[in-house]
Amino acid sequence: MGRKLLLEHINVPGINTFDVYRSKGGYASVEKALKTLTPEEVVEEVKKSGLRGRGGAGFPTGMKWSFLAKPEGVARYLVCNADESEPGTFKDRYLMTYIPHLLIEGMIVSSFALGAKTSYIYVRGEMMPQIRILEKAIAEAKAAGFLGKNILGTGYDLELYVQPGGGAYICGEETALLESLEGKRGNPRIKPPFPAIAGLYGCPTVVNNVESIAAVVPIINEGGEEYAKVGIGRSTGTKLISAGGNIKNPGVYEIDLGLPVEEFLYSDEYCGGIANGKRLKAVVAGGSSVPILPANLFLKTINNEPRLMSYESLSDGGFVSGSMMGSGGFIAFDEDQCIVRNTWNFTRFYHHESCGQCSPCREGTGWMEKVLHRLEHGHGSLSDMDLLVDVSKKIEGNTICPLGDAAAWPVASAIRHFRDEFEWHVTHANEATTRNYGLAHYADPLPAPEPKPEATA
Amino acid sequence: MLRVEDTVQAAPVEFSAGLIEKFADIVSRYPEGKQKSALLPILHLVQAEFGWTSAPAMDKVAEYLKLQPIEVYEVASFYSMYFLRPQGKYVLEVCRTGPCCLVGAEKIMDHIEQKLGVIEGEITADGLFSWRGVECLAACGYGPVLQIGPEYTFYENLTNDSVDKLVEDLKAKGK
Ligand SMILES: Cc1cc2nc3c(=O)[nH]c(=O)nc-3n(C[C@H](O)[C@H](O)[C@H](O)COP(=O)(O)O)c2cc1C
Ligand code: SF4
Ligand code: FES
Repeated sequence: MGRKLLLEHINVPGINTFDVYRSKGGYASVEKALKTLTPEEVVEEVKKSGLRGRGGAGFPTGMKWSFLAKPEGVARYLVCNADESEPGTFKDRYLMTYIPHLLIEGMIVSSFALGAKTSYIYVRGEMMPQIRILEKAIAEAKAAGFLGKNILGTGYDLELYVQPGGGAYICGEETALLESLEGKRGNPRIKPPFPAIAGLYGCPTVVNNVESIAAVVPIINEGGEEYAKVGIGRSTGTKLISAGGNIKNPGVYEIDLGLPVEEFLYSDEYCGGIANGKRLKAVVAGGSSVPILPANLFLKTINNEPRLMSYESLSDGGFVSGSMMGSGGFIAFDEDQCIVRNTWNFTRFYHHESCGQCSPCREGTGWMEKVLHRLEHGHGSLSDMDLLVDVSKKIEGNTICPLGDAAAWPVASAIRHFRDEFEWHVTHANEATTRNYGLAHYADPLPAPEPKPEATA
Repeated sequence: MLRVEDTVQAAPVEFSAGLIEKFADIVSRYPEGKQKSALLPILHLVQAEFGWTSAPAMDKVAEYLKLQPIEVYEVASFYSMYFLRPQGKYVLEVCRTGPCCLVGAEKIMDHIEQKLGVIEGEITADGLFSWRGVECLAACGYGPVLQIGPEYTFYENLTNDSVDKLVEDLKAKGK
């Protein structure tokens, strides 16, 4: 069992209150950073830690911080992305609900590192209870002198506010989030300029995920190098995985990056295997946006090596036979699930959530939804699969923000790996409305590895 | 969609002193001149107070924040949480996205429809309930789930029985 860097004290009664949190060593990183380190040294530790953004893109946090422009006399902002809306992902809600002070502590240290005097936590509007929890935690931290003017007598001032969203997946995209925080529709901005140059109110801004900010706490407490010892290769540290779907023990787990997926899925310490004695059919490993894999390709890479829960291993095989870590939203499908129906459901989601600025995304998601709907309801034709792939290709890479790609990948990968199930929905249209295709060959052992295939990205 | 008839039918609103005080507290969180940032939080407060965001209420918000009314309408109509027409006193918002469907969300929605006797979006005759499907609520491990505003109380691992009980409890409370 790995060490818990974020959730070590999650089960301590009262850990959501300042006093208990503090008694367990909470806010030590604020004391250490503000009293013994310069902002540059904090950034340096985060760089050394190898921490990669936990919001989905996996961009190195320290590097992102070092890009922040610092013009004289211009305010800088840190905005925490707590919009958590990627289907399959519920770790940030968990963290904010049960150990809110970890996020507040991380926000103070990170704001100090970036030179921000006002910071915002943008929480999706539906999480009103979490907004109340965070506001209470902020008030407690402020009363104890960890926020406000002249924190711990160091001369550093910081105000921290919680901002609710209005219900829109797209506001998780960082520039849409900033638009929303400015009181506008959540239309993503064209980049460049990047937020590091012109973000909130046109000022240099860093946007980071809840978990990324929380991870700054152990990084500062233990040092970046220590943090980097956990994990594997360029996947350093621990990661919160939201595990859901047809597993025995759904929930949020903190794992050491590099844990074998088989252990994660089947050991009782984590998912505990597939619920109701069923067999695994497919997995979406990192939230609805990442490619879906059949059971066999999920458990092993195309070269028959065991897959690991790491950025590199999950994407091993590129889009031909791999997936992505994404946001860590782990969704397991048992043998009774219909891939066509799920693909239609996800596509309906993206169509609903498209902000409508770019025609390939706005129209393409609508077309894909329509075609998938007719396939699922027994009115499809065999040419529909090529049509879907064609539409997905026309969206991918041709839009302002990555929501277009996020809508295209699940469709393209479902057809790549489950084409026979899609075809069966056409050739056995009546049967398909009354029963599912079942497990078929999706869990069969992989054929012996061929001469190394080129990984395409 | 904002419909003309909603706009016409909606009664004028007054914001209480207490509500205005809350608005002012929100505006103070942003730099001078950036009061538009307060729009989303203020619309939530308005909806909590009146049950929906009517055109007269949005006009008042525009006036308060020194915005054009269209700036408020375009925001309220972009985000899914703001109701642009009246709702039941309790709006049951059920997650309808993939992961919840893997664990029975569709059946729960069918059950809610039966139990309440109204289709998605309609209000029960007693004015107490309406319901709708919403997208992933970041609680996929505890599905099926639903939420009820304005506090967005959460109900997890729903079964037909727990839905029945919830509806009965709310009926008793709402009378
Ligand atoms: C459509 C879309 C939705 C996103 N949703 C979220 C989200 O809910 N939470 C999040 O942290 N990042 C989300 N992201 C990623 C953010 O744009 C951004 O990369 C992230 O907040 C950066 O933080 P990190 O570097 O700490 O991961 C989303 C991106 C896209 C394109
Ligand atoms: S890709 Fe889609 S969501 Fe992103 S900006 Fe374009 S239309 Fe909006
Ligand atoms: S899919 Fe229902 S909460 Fe995420």
